[in-house]
Amino acid sequence: VEGPDKKTEVVLLACGSFNPITNMHLRLFELAKDYLHETGKYKVIKGIISPVGDAYKKKGLISANHRVTMAKLATKDSDWVEVDDWESSQSEWLETLKVLRYHHQKLLSPDPTNSLQNALPLTKPGRKRKQEPNRHEPIKKKNQSPDIKSVPQVKLLCGSDILESFGIPNLWKSEDIAEIVENHGLVCISRAGNSVQKFIYESDVLWRHKNNIHLVEEWITNDISSTKIRRALRRGQSIRYLVPDVVRAYIEKHNLYSPESEDRNAGVILAPLQKNASDSKN
Amino acid sequence: VRMKSRIPLVLVACGSFNPITNMHMRLFELARDHLHQTGRYQVIEGIVSPVNDAYGKKGLVSARHRVAMAKLALETSDWIRVDPWESEQETWTETVKVLRHHYNESLGLLQSKKEFMKNKWPTERSTEDSLSYQHSVLPELKLLCGADFLQSFKTPYLWKEEHIKEIVEKFGLVCISRAGSDPAQYINESDLLTKFQHNIFLVKEWIQNEISATQIRYALCRGLSVKYLIPDSVISYITHHNIYTEESEKKNEGDLLQPLKLHNTAVKPLND
Repeated sequence: VEGPDKKTEVVLLACGSFNPITNMHLRLFELAKDYLHETGKYKVIKGIISPVGDAYKKKGLISANHRVTMAKLATKDSDWVEVDDWESSQSEWLETLKVLRYHHQKLLSPDPTNSLQNALPLTKPGRKRKQEPNRHEPIKKKNQSPDIKSVPQVKLLCGSDILESFGIPNLWKSEDIAEIVENHGLVCISRAGNSVQKFIYESDVLWRHKNNIHLVEEWITNDISSTKIRRALRRGQSIRYLVPDVVRAYIEKHNLYSPESEDRNAGVILAPLQKNASDSKN
Repeated sequence: VRMKSRIPLVLVACGSFNPITNMHMRLFELARDHLHQTGRYQVIEGIVSPVNDAYGKKGLVSARHRVAMAKLALETSDWIRVDPWESEQETWTETVKVLRHHYNESLGLLQSKKEFMKNKWPTERSTEDSLSYQHSVLPELKLLCGADFLQSFKTPYLWKEEHIKEIVEKFGLVCISRAGSDPAQYINESDLLTKFQHNIFLVKEWIQNEISATQIRYALCRGLSVKYLIPDSVISYITHHNIYTEESEKKNEGDLLQPLKLHNTAVKPLND
């Protein structure tokens, strides 16, 4: 590595339903890594897929066990992207910021007990909280090579739809958005000709931290949404070459997606909307 | 009472496959689903036919590699295979000739199956199998392509008019296009295509997946990842043999495509 410039170590964290995981999800990681490396300022050391918990209550969301298993199958041949089930094993839905904080803490601190403490929200008086034993091994701190800056970062990896969802009322807390872009950062993959830049321009908090929002243009249109995958499956259509073959085989074997599974949580309010609406009432 | 039997159908995709991508393989899956849903066809085989090196397209790497990569990509498919016949001919071969070849092959296969059945059961028996082979339906063979292919019929001197006619009349097209593009328009603009539109199946791809091989090559030359766009086995092969480089991209640069060259040499004597 030439020059005195040091690189920042980055972990890419993708949160989402992964219902099911698709080749498009996996591409996000590849695109983000290439982009960050090309800036010359970052070194991506790890990718984490964190499927959302069942308590998110999204329509058609099947059990986290299956979603985590499929993601693990999809990444078993990857040498840098892995699946983390901490988020999905919590009994309540967790804000994305908390997941970011948890993984950030895990990176910094070799002590397992610290990380659980710092990520869990303060319990409200009178509410029982299920204490999960920490089954997650902290990342061992490597010997620092001379070209690496000392503080690694965990950045949220997402598509432009997530970024633009910041504007949906009650879906995100504004203080969470601020902390995400200020303390962590975003790597946002979007199609050429999208409206993300305009969205950032129109938001004061995003504009203020635009240096911490990396926009990556995806030139190879790859619109393989999980919704469309589930639709194809309901109609008996092939999903080959859109998801890893092991995932396709798993779905087939367990007959995961049907009109019934798509009706799950029908009429139920999404957890963040419910939470933020009730919090604002208090 | 025997059910009305479906027509056995073979799909052939011609192209550079430079390299083969997940999108190419998706075309087959989409076509098969669509044809099965009409209730009239039973797709029995898919054939990937990589073009001959003599086609002269810019950046076209050796057929040996393109066939090998397609083989690797199709290892897990139980109905699609790659056929090197076209790439092994001494010269570039017009698409219609490729279709004729594979059609004759499938007829020959059917014939030998018939004879096998006759030898197996020399006396007439009313088993399902022997009946079906006596009254066997002739297979059909159709060209599988994207909307750009359909549009290319209009490119001057790229296709012979009588070949286009034979392709749509005797064989048929299965044309996959993405939502937003309108291949029906190309058909409408051509009298020939309009006449045989009953033999042109238009399939819409709702899940946009425009993985162009050209972009794959660009990415590879720049050291960027193409994982999840083409099979891992193909990526390994490309890396191992160092197939796509700045140099390989320059191959045939400035040359005319073979079909256009042929037209030029045909015209030249008149200009003397």
